[in-house]
Amino acid sequence: MASLRLHNVVKRFGDSTVIHGADLDVRDGEFVVFVGPSGCGKSTLLRMICGLEGITGGELYIGERRVNDVPAAQRGLAMVFQSYALYPHMTVRQNLAFGLENLRTPATEIESRVQAAAKMLRLDTLLERRPTQLSGGQRQRVAIGRAIVREPAIFLFDEPLSNLDAELRVAMRNEISALHRRLATTMIYVTHDQVEAMTMADRIVVLRAGRIEQIGAPLALYNHPANRFVAGFIGSPQMNFLDARIHARTNGAARVALDAAPADLSPAIRVADDVAADARVALGIRPEHVRLDPGGGDEIEVPVVIERVEQLGTASFVYARTADNALVTLHVAGQRPFGAGDTLVARLPIDRLHVFEASEEGRAITRQDAAASAHAAAR
Amino acid sequence: MFDRLARFVTRTHGRGAPDWTDWLTYAYLLLGLLLMFGPVVWMVLSSFKTPAALNAFPPSLLPYGQAEARVEGYDKPLPLFRAKLPDGSTRVLAEARRIGLVATMVDPQHPDEQFRVNIGDRQPERRFQLATGNYTEIFGKFDFGVYLWNSVFITAVATLITLLFNAMAAFALSKYRFRGRDGVLLLIISTLMIPPTIILVPNFLIVAQLGMLNSLWGVIWPAVATPTGVFLLRQYMLTIPDELIDAARMDNASEWRIFWRIVLPLSAPALAVLAIFSVMWRWNDFLWPLIVLSRSEKFTLQLALNAFQGELTTQWNYLLAMTVITLLPVTAVFALLQRHITTGIAASGVK
Repeated sequence: MASLRLHNVVKRFGDSTVIHGADLDVRDGEFVVFVGPSGCGKSTLLRMICGLEGITGGELYIGERRVNDVPAAQRGLAMVFQSYALYPHMTVRQNLAFGLENLRTPATEIESRVQAAAKMLRLDTLLERRPTQLSGGQRQRVAIGRAIVREPAIFLFDEPLSNLDAELRVAMRNEISALHRRLATTMIYVTHDQVEAMTMADRIVVLRAGRIEQIGAPLALYNHPANRFVAGFIGSPQMNFLDARIHARTNGAARVALDAAPADLSPAIRVADDVAADARVALGIRPEHVRLDPGGGDEIEVPVVIERVEQLGTASFVYARTADNALVTLHVAGQRPFGAGDTLVARLPIDRLHVFEASEEGRAITRQDAAASAHAAAR
Repeated sequence: MFDRLARFVTRTHGRGAPDWTDWLTYAYLLLGLLLMFGPVVWMVLSSFKTPAALNAFPPSLLPYGQAEARVEGYDKPLPLFRAKLPDGSTRVLAEARRIGLVATMVDPQHPDEQFRVNIGDRQPERRFQLATGNYTEIFGKFDFGVYLWNSVFITAVATLITLLFNAMAAFALSKYRFRGRDGVLLLIISTLMIPPTIILVPNFLIVAQLGMLNSLWGVIWPAVATPTGVFLLRQYMLTIPDELIDAARMDNASEWRIFWRIVLPLSAPALAVLAIFSVMWRWNDFLWPLIVLSRSEKFTLQLALNAFQGELTTQWNYLLAMTVITLLPVTAVFALLQRHITTGIAASGVK
């Protein structure tokens, strides 16, 4: 068990920089998920932590020990690979024992640890099989078992569930979470699946193009995304974004005009103080917060035309377009008799709105005051 | 077993009765079988012939020997002939002696009865007979055991070293990233373009300087680094996922241990292919051993076969027997490992 600290960690391949100065503190026993679209550098970051990839700049500490130049084998970590990477010519038992044999562990100790891990992962009847004779879920468990027997300081998972079918993925997700509760070891888990991130993580690290965009607890990320990328990445279906312009601003609040209806001014929205009047912004709202009926509070009303409806039984997803052709997704409870071409008025509650700069970075400029947070938490 | 064989050799390309394409295919295959396998069969059968049978005209496919019979009153067995007698009848008679064109012949059943027969009027009585002496005698007559041992030693040791060295080179070239890796590979492959005869003299000078002339090691060392082998193994090792090697590194395995425990076992098909190639190359090698080995007790089988072909006379029966023995190991290795060849060649993408 150990904590992990990254200080301004940089990775360059030749001229291209893949990790631009990552800073991260992982507490002992924490379950941290790296999430981001493919190519964002999350796997590279993980490989740098475990030592399979060199570190170009910055500092990496495991516990109190600086491990920048310590080889992978001596960092005391164990990794579960995306492809499982089981040795195909060895039986399950040999696969589990290989790492311990390399450490010159006594044979009796190897045997007891292999038995314990096999029992924990329900592999005890499969010990003499070869990986090719196992199902996907069983292979996954062997890969995890191989990490467990080493009793590592930190577990690293590199998209371990991406090769499994949906049902098995949910089951394995629970198993890994249960494993974390039982072992209470620090775990770092890489995935591109935000559902895995939301369900398993103590804290999520969102990466994009080699930069850490935001670090926080799953719900903190969901409720208070730091920028437009995080807002769009966390949550399914995606958050809706509507282009708008700041019109008039008063103390800590502003009225905006949507591009869809430039003539109408919205009620006052809380924005940060440093936002210029007349600035371009994007209003973000999650599909489940868009209302069809008046909700009592201040709202922006946006007329939309339905393009497509997905009926899930318990809920309906309505995909509609505004006058300026922006896509608005609505998550409506129950079964509703909508059809393509129908016109609706989407109501965006002011207290649910996120405001982002229109720049590429898309920094969140929603005003975060105590009242708003408490309000959000109470809901 | 037999009905499976029968079903196999009567397969048609569609269901039901054979088509004309089937007949054509089988005719073509049969022709190929005759062309490829015929000479080998003839050689093996001929290796069991006596010198007389080898020189007989017209030649026979099966090894026949002169039939002989013991006749009362004669110490040695007498050769049997089918003779046409003056009265027009044909009888099987034994030749007692022969003077010029006339042979004195006796009936094996009635040794008292003698006939004088012109040798033009008789045909030797032939009988299927394996001259196994060809094989047993060469061991005593020549240093055949020594030649065999030399060949086996060179082939086995050179193949083992070839596999080890080429696998190590291929491992580095396929799994490590280092400056100039592609250049090194290109350099190795480009040596394929240089015919061995061109570097014969420099190679000889080096071997001579190292004092390995007339030593089996002088044949082994220059041959172990083969560009074909490195390339074949490298192409195969590229198909081993890097994640396996990363996993082994995380499992505290040293690079040497990764090579032994992970990469080598997983390269088995390619290693088998290279082993077959190497055995064939070393076993059939002629030119290089001919240059390095000049003392006859260091000869390999191929050199011995060559030396055995005398300037004036050649004892074909022994030569053929030695040739058959020379063929056996390669055939055996091929039969044992051929299962791997197709997978190995297919996977490594080289021939």
